[in-house]
Amino acid sequence: MSTASPAASRFLLDDWRVRHQSSLEESRHSVRIFFRDRLAAVGLIYIALMIAVAIFAPVVAPYPGQGRGATDLRARFDSPGAQHVFGTDNLGRDVLSRVVYGTRIALVMPAIVALGVVLIGVPLGGIAGYYGGWLDEVVMRVTDIFLAFPGLILAMALVAFLGPGLRNIAIALVVTWWPWYARLVRGMAISLRERPFVKAARTMGVRDSRIVLRHILPNSLGPVIVQMTLDVGAVILEVAALSFIGLGAAPPTPDWGLMISEGRLYVFEAWWMVVFPGLAIFALVLAFNFVGDGLRDVLDPRSRR
Amino acid sequence: MSLRLYLVRRVGLLVFVLFGVSVLTFVMARVVPADPAVLYAGAGARGPAIEQARKILRLDGPLYEQYLGYVSGLAHGDWGTSLRTHRAVLPDILTFLPVTLELVFSALLLGLLAGVALGALTADRKGRAIDFVMRIFAVGGVSLPAFFVALVFQVLFFRALNVLPAAGMFSVDVAQNYPVSHVTGAPLLDALITGNLTALSDHLRYMVLPVLALAAYPTGVVMRMSRSAMLESLGQDYIRMARAMGVPRRTIIYRFALKNSLGPVLTVVGLMLAYAIIGAFFIELIFAWPGIGTYGTMSILSLDYPAIMAVTLFVAVIYVVVNLLVDLAIAWLDPRIVLS
Amino acid sequence: MSDLLEIRDVSLEFRSLRGVVKALDGVTLSVREGEILGLVGESGCGKTVTGLAVLGLLPKPQARVTRGQIAFRGDDLLAKTDEEMLHVRGKVISMVFQDPLASLNPVFTIGEQIGCVVATHQRASKKEARQATRRALAAVGLPATDSLLGSYPHQLSGGMRQRACMAMAISCGASLLIADEPTTALDVTIQAQILRLLFDLRDELGMAQILITHNVGVAAQTTDRVAVMYAGTVVEQGPTQDVMKRPHHPYTVALYECLPHGKKAGELITIPGSVPDLIDPPAGCRFHPRCTKALEICSSSKPLPTQIAPDHWVACHLAVQQLDSCGSAVSL
Repeated sequence: MSTASPAASRFLLDDWRVRHQSSLEESRHSVRIFFRDRLAAVGLIYIALMIAVAIFAPVVAPYPGQGRGATDLRARFDSPGAQHVFGTDNLGRDVLSRVVYGTRIALVMPAIVALGVVLIGVPLGGIAGYYGGWLDEVVMRVTDIFLAFPGLILAMALVAFLGPGLRNIAIALVVTWWPWYARLVRGMAISLRERPFVKAARTMGVRDSRIVLRHILPNSLGPVIVQMTLDVGAVILEVAALSFIGLGAAPPTPDWGLMISEGRLYVFEAWWMVVFPGLAIFALVLAFNFVGDGLRDVLDPRSRR
Repeated sequence: MSLRLYLVRRVGLLVFVLFGVSVLTFVMARVVPADPAVLYAGAGARGPAIEQARKILRLDGPLYEQYLGYVSGLAHGDWGTSLRTHRAVLPDILTFLPVTLELVFSALLLGLLAGVALGALTADRKGRAIDFVMRIFAVGGVSLPAFFVALVFQVLFFRALNVLPAAGMFSVDVAQNYPVSHVTGAPLLDALITGNLTALSDHLRYMVLPVLALAAYPTGVVMRMSRSAMLESLGQDYIRMARAMGVPRRTIIYRFALKNSLGPVLTVVGLMLAYAIIGAFFIELIFAWPGIGTYGTMSILSLDYPAIMAVTLFVAVIYVVVNLLVDLAIAWLDPRIVLS
Repeated sequence: MSDLLEIRDVSLEFRSLRGVVKALDGVTLSVREGEILGLVGESGCGKTVTGLAVLGLLPKPQARVTRGQIAFRGDDLLAKTDEEMLHVRGKVISMVFQDPLASLNPVFTIGEQIGCVVATHQRASKKEARQATRRALAAVGLPATDSLLGSYPHQLSGGMRQRACMAMAISCGASLLIADEPTTALDVTIQAQILRLLFDLRDELGMAQILITHNVGVAAQTTDRVAVMYAGTVVEQGPTQDVMKRPHHPYTVALYECLPHGKKAGELITIPGSVPDLIDPPAGCRFHPRCTKALEICSSSKPLPTQIAPDHWVACHLAVQQLDSCGSAVSL
């Protein structure tokens, strides 16, 4: 296929921009609809709050040193009270401060995993869907194999083989999640390649790679973002689960899953060691689920409850 | 295409996937930083012992030979030798399997029944107070880590209220005086089959917390799916037709729309199963039930690589096979998929 | 012949996101025992809404009847509660819709669906219900075999599906059938069969029918009387042959002119303009902006149905004027 003149592909890009002008107005309207969903709005505010807490942890935490791991053996197992709002753990560390510092891990891990999944899954899916043929078959079979494992099992095995640690958890989760997004984008690519503006681009000689890059991938991002918001909660739960089993961060890292695992031994005497990190996980995942539901309702009205 | 052709195609895909799964597990097990042979031989072992360990673990020879040996071993029931117990892994897995099956099956059954019922109820009373409350429950259910729910249950029902036991499958009294004879390996079934009613009622008490903790997430997922599938059904023309024919509302919702919604609900069973298997690992750990989960976590914590490989493979096989059965059930429920 | 169904001056509103849609504005029509009434008009003129209103099938909080009465054999249907309407729907008055595939539940067999309707309205054992189902199927020309009873909707052809819907509709002895565009989704040859079936229902079962259609030609062939609707009102009503040969309302005239007739390939005639927005409909006569013969009064005063010939009613100021100049007219 001969390459199109730069003018031709610029024309298509302008066309894309014009088409998306009206969608900017739609976006504003969508934002309004989104905020009508109070749960989603609350969720978004909570997430923003948590991001702030993570960034300003040293300021927010009442005992920042303990948040990082310093112990205070005189204050072991203090129940929640004025001095320590969430109580102290078996090493006298303030649970609230540790929960605050744990927010960093809880937010950064899904971000890294999301990045990895998008970098691997989206292009693979886009190429498979657009080009079709044997390439598509290969990608589909490969995803079939990965998806034959219940997600966390594969991740657990991988981390067990690679060795414990947050870095390996991130790697393992990227390996477990990319197939879902590859499939999602593949589906989008297949439906997009039949659309008139893509067919027009091809007949005008625009290079396939350019089409994929400029048209297919950007148009797939919407569903990817919605799905990602819905999945962030699951990723947070998986990170917590892996840490709980002992495959995650090592002590004294204030990882919420690890804190629950450490607190498990003392759960009947010092329930606060387990309950507050657990509630922190719950609240954050809940917030992401509310936001994800809200986003999905905005972008796919048929699923509106 | 006929049901038969569909079945043949799916089974073919299954075989391919299982093959790929074995390759993937094999590859994963080779990225291990430590040397399994050394671990097997134990601390302070010398060259010859390590060499022998290598032979036992089939870690000698070129990679493709190792893989072929691995696959032929799988086919013959040799799924590796545990580094920890020095026993064959598969028989151990099969010993632990029934307990996990009992737990997972009970939780899934509960999740399906409760989820479908609640989904239908909230679709029926859409917009009213109970709908709102239930929806919060459903989202809550999928936002909680299973191990956290389990721990909270322990604290709440054992420590605070003291109405249910904290862990285990039987009370000490029953375990000693009314032990259940081994028939299937699943305590509930065995107690039932052998007519051991004391043990049965005792075991039921011990089942409550683990099953509820494991069922929280599946109930949430099924409820959301059931509700949205019901609402979608209720908007269809055939429901309008039924209304036009004077069929009362209750019949329309709980007989017609419900059956229409079962297909979409079944599509999430696969998801639920995955979650239930994974959750079982944690539930068994916390409630001290001797199932695959316990075996798996012990293997992970002791870096028993062959055992980890075998458990992973085993779980994948079960998962794939059950998914196939679910797909067949969906096809059976909605005749359009297969017969069209 | 007595009036089976009488719709008197019914006005109906819909609450929508963009505003209040005044879907029906003073609809008056009647159906007599054993006759087929055609309800003709463009898409969006309110024909289906009228049919749904008779059976109370419009969504309750959004749709509201603001005026008028719907009486079946003297019994006021609008005053009935939902519970009471359950005894009317399917049993006294039935309705079939345009898309038979969408109207049948895909995961239940034909036998199960019809059987359920029978069981709803009659105390019947399973066996009796099956018998009744077979009778209904036979009455619409379908083989009352076990194989058909056990088939799923997608296994039948379009024509068979529509017959199955009609079997469901007549299974409990309804006196009035409302058929909303029953042939639109079908092939032309099958259309003829279904229309023939409507005749048979009238002749053999004495079933009165309202045939809702946008196809003027179909109405011309199949109906005894016809009511022409435009933008939520009935503009003309009378025996089909009469209305066809001597249409009085400008809209009716234009409709019949639009029918391509004759063997010459001539130009296609259209009615200029487009259907009004029912959220903000034109004042007075809703057709006046498109009417070539509009008078001053048409833009301010809504014309009422006036009898201009035996059994022939028109809602048009011009027609009334023309009549007044040569005879008396009866207004409602």
